[in-house]
Amino acid sequence: MGEIKTAGELNKKYLREGMWPTIFCNGCGNGVVLEYTFWALEELGLDMDKVAFASGIGCSSRLPGYINADGLHTTHGRAIAFATGLKAANPDLTVIIFTGDGDCAGIGGNHFIHAARRNIDMTVIMINNFIYGMTGGQLAPTTPIGGIATTAPYGNIEHPFDLCVVAKALGASYVARWTVSHPYQPIKSIKEGIQKKGFSYIEFLAPCPTAYGRRNKLGDIQRLWEWYDKNTILIEDYERIMKYGDEKEKERAKKMIQIGVFQDVEKPEFFTEYQKLVERLQGNTITKTSSVKSKKMVVKK
Amino acid sequence: MKYKRDPKRIREVLGDKIQFILGDMACVYGGLLAGCSFFAGYPITPASEVAEGMARLLPRVGGTYIQMEDEIGSLAAVIGASWGGAKAMTATSGPGFSLMMENYGYAVMTETPCVIVNVQRTGPSTGQPTLGAQGDMMQVRWGTHGDFEAIALAPSTVQECMDLTIEAFNLAEKYRNPVCVMTDGEIGHLRERIVIPDEKELKIINRVPATIDKEKFIPFSNSQIQKNSKVPDFPTFGTGYHTYVTGLTHNIYGFPATDKQKDHQELVLRITTKITDDREKLTMVEKLYIDDAKIAVVTYGATARPAETAVEMARRKGIKVGMLRLKLVWPFPIKEIQNLASQVDKIVVPEMNLGQIVHPIREYSEGQCEVVNVPKVGGEMHLPHEIFKYLEGK
Amino acid sequence: MKKEIRICGFGGQGVILAGFIIGKAASVYMDYNAVQSQSYGPEARGGAARSEIVISDKKIGYPRPTSVDLLVAMSQEAFDTYRDDIRDDTVIIIDPDLVKKHSIGRPLYKIHAQQIAEELGNKIVTNIVMVGAATSIFGFLKPDAVRNAVMDSVPSRFKELNLKAFEKGLEAGKNAKPGL
Repeated sequence: MGEIKTAGELNKKYLREGMWPTIFCNGCGNGVVLEYTFWALEELGLDMDKVAFASGIGCSSRLPGYINADGLHTTHGRAIAFATGLKAANPDLTVIIFTGDGDCAGIGGNHFIHAARRNIDMTVIMINNFIYGMTGGQLAPTTPIGGIATTAPYGNIEHPFDLCVVAKALGASYVARWTVSHPYQPIKSIKEGIQKKGFSYIEFLAPCPTAYGRRNKLGDIQRLWEWYDKNTILIEDYERIMKYGDEKEKERAKKMIQIGVFQDVEKPEFFTEYQKLVERLQGNTITKTSSVKSKKMVVKK
Repeated sequence: MKYKRDPKRIREVLGDKIQFILGDMACVYGGLLAGCSFFAGYPITPASEVAEGMARLLPRVGGTYIQMEDEIGSLAAVIGASWGGAKAMTATSGPGFSLMMENYGYAVMTETPCVIVNVQRTGPSTGQPTLGAQGDMMQVRWGTHGDFEAIALAPSTVQECMDLTIEAFNLAEKYRNPVCVMTDGEIGHLRERIVIPDEKELKIINRVPATIDKEKFIPFSNSQIQKNSKVPDFPTFGTGYHTYVTGLTHNIYGFPATDKQKDHQELVLRITTKITDDREKLTMVEKLYIDDAKIAVVTYGATARPAETAVEMARRKGIKVGMLRLKLVWPFPIKEIQNLASQVDKIVVPEMNLGQIVHPIREYSEGQCEVVNVPKVGGEMHLPHEIFKYLEGK
Repeated sequence: MKKEIRICGFGGQGVILAGFIIGKAASVYMDYNAVQSQSYGPEARGGAARSEIVISDKKIGYPRPTSVDLLVAMSQEAFDTYRDDIRDDTVIIIDPDLVKKHSIGRPLYKIHAQQIAEELGNKIVTNIVMVGAATSIFGFLKPDAVRNAVMDSVPSRFKELNLKAFEKGLEAGKNAKPGL
């Protein structure tokens, strides 16, 4: 640790060279999140032989391909379930999942819910671009009301899914959301998430200029960043307004997307508890098998 | 803590050498004996007893049982566990098997060893949950999209539920392919005597781990260690090989090559021929009175039970009838069927469906003999006389 | 040699366990081949349930009975439903308190299994009393083999009760005479 000072050095250490160049468009937020992750890994000083990545389907799910580490690029929405088995087989692995809003909140919602509920030790990094980007801009469960998508050409009328609220309600150990316009907090959150023994969920609002921006007058990356500025609010600010603000301020705050650390708690983790169960049973078995069977005798016909 | 197979502990947990147990439970025993250390499943009749047995016994040998949120997640977790180095299995029945089809294909494409026990029932849809059938004999072969080869075993007794589950793990590890144990609600819910093999009687195959220099390692090519093997060496996650595993068409380095005809063809040919090259080596059949037979029953799984009784009835009447039982249905034993068709006048195929395996039998008998479909649906196995009447020459 | 046995009653009476005990006695302790199967309605309690055992000194093909040598019935509904395939020489054992309408024009054995179980303090062991009675009456199964199987199959805190139930059943079976 401490050796690497520049992004160039960082990339040299963590990128998988054979996969270059990436499939990402200009202005895409995925690279930024990858960079955050590299800095977090570097600051933690983890042995990359013992860090494994998993992902589903979508642009963000391609990220493990660009990392010089073990990576399981799975089926659409199922990465968390795959990672559950991986973690069970080798609890020494640090397991990090890259997923997108369609992958995680749409097709993979149920796996997300149950891994959070079980509090399985893994870090889920969800990159939310409000749209199905890889397939060309279809409506996502996270698309804001009024947003335009190829499958919502007249504007979205569905209520968007807030996975941070869900993760928090399910008691996930660590829940945070940032945008890719934040410089340091994301790295800190990824570090905290990885270090947390339990289910960590970190969401990033990240631009997709090609599939979302272009259709929503946010094609210019500068405008997208401004949109994040105007439409997000720190949890602390939100709570202050709810306490002391006037009605107008409250109404406005309610329409904004909250960012920050939603939850940071210590809670029993699934495989840790499972290991205790195994140890408890191993103590018991021997007495159980040796006691009962004395009365039997074999009867010949 | 990583799992280490401990034969003494496994036997301690399994108990007496001779037992009278359910077919479903015998699959659990087979898994444990083979070294299965991870099971993920979802409740479904008539397969739930497999999950229940695993939940009870697996933690006692130090393995991990987890009940997932659905069958999709179950097979996903099993595949993940396999990449973590575990021998892993799940169990399900028709509707759950349908849900597993996508990840079944993923396991094929990524060459992930794993075992699926399918305690078959019928459909379409929810069908008859509590009753047995042979509803998925074609789904296991063709159910996921694209070109692939299935490996599927079909036990006819409770003993075979155990023995063939062990075999399934061996084949999965050897060929790096998902292997299905196609049992059914009849056999799964029968109790019979089983004899648990001693450690020295057991044949256990483990995947060949990648051991060569990390710089030189190629994850998706012919083995770099074993001569003449199309099965790549396995780079368990966490051992420093930094492997990228994807369900996309990939080149030998594991990198997506989705728009490359040649890469796709090479990949798909390798992952199918690694199995079909060994078709005859893999063939597992049991023959009864075949030598002088003029009529043959070709059967598998539960149906072999009434078929055997029917054949015995016919023999007592002096009719020259034999039985060929397929213990391994896929890859299909082409040569056995060709040979049989050239010998007999008629092949009778009883199945607990409207006719599934009768199709490849017809295909590979190549018109050399008559092939008769004897279907029975509704959740009951054939009565012996329902098969016997096709053996009398009527 | 082949013996086909059916034990039937209503769900919750333990007919499956009774079948399991007989199957285990024959296969594990008497070294025969045995297959036990069951069928019951979708509900966990009530409804007619049956457990069937095929015992043979040869390999068993078709695993269910084609006509039974022994029929044990512990409820009216089961007795009415599951006796299509009885023969003239089929041994029939019923609990007359549970199968009131049992006059079918042929002799059968009547064992007050539930009453015996109640006298022992718990009617939950009715099935085990019946297993004991069937062991004596049918004569094919060795009492020691069945006793071993009973002991294997019940939780340790109920072993004594079940053993008593088995012995009482065995006794009742010995004394039973067929009647109309």
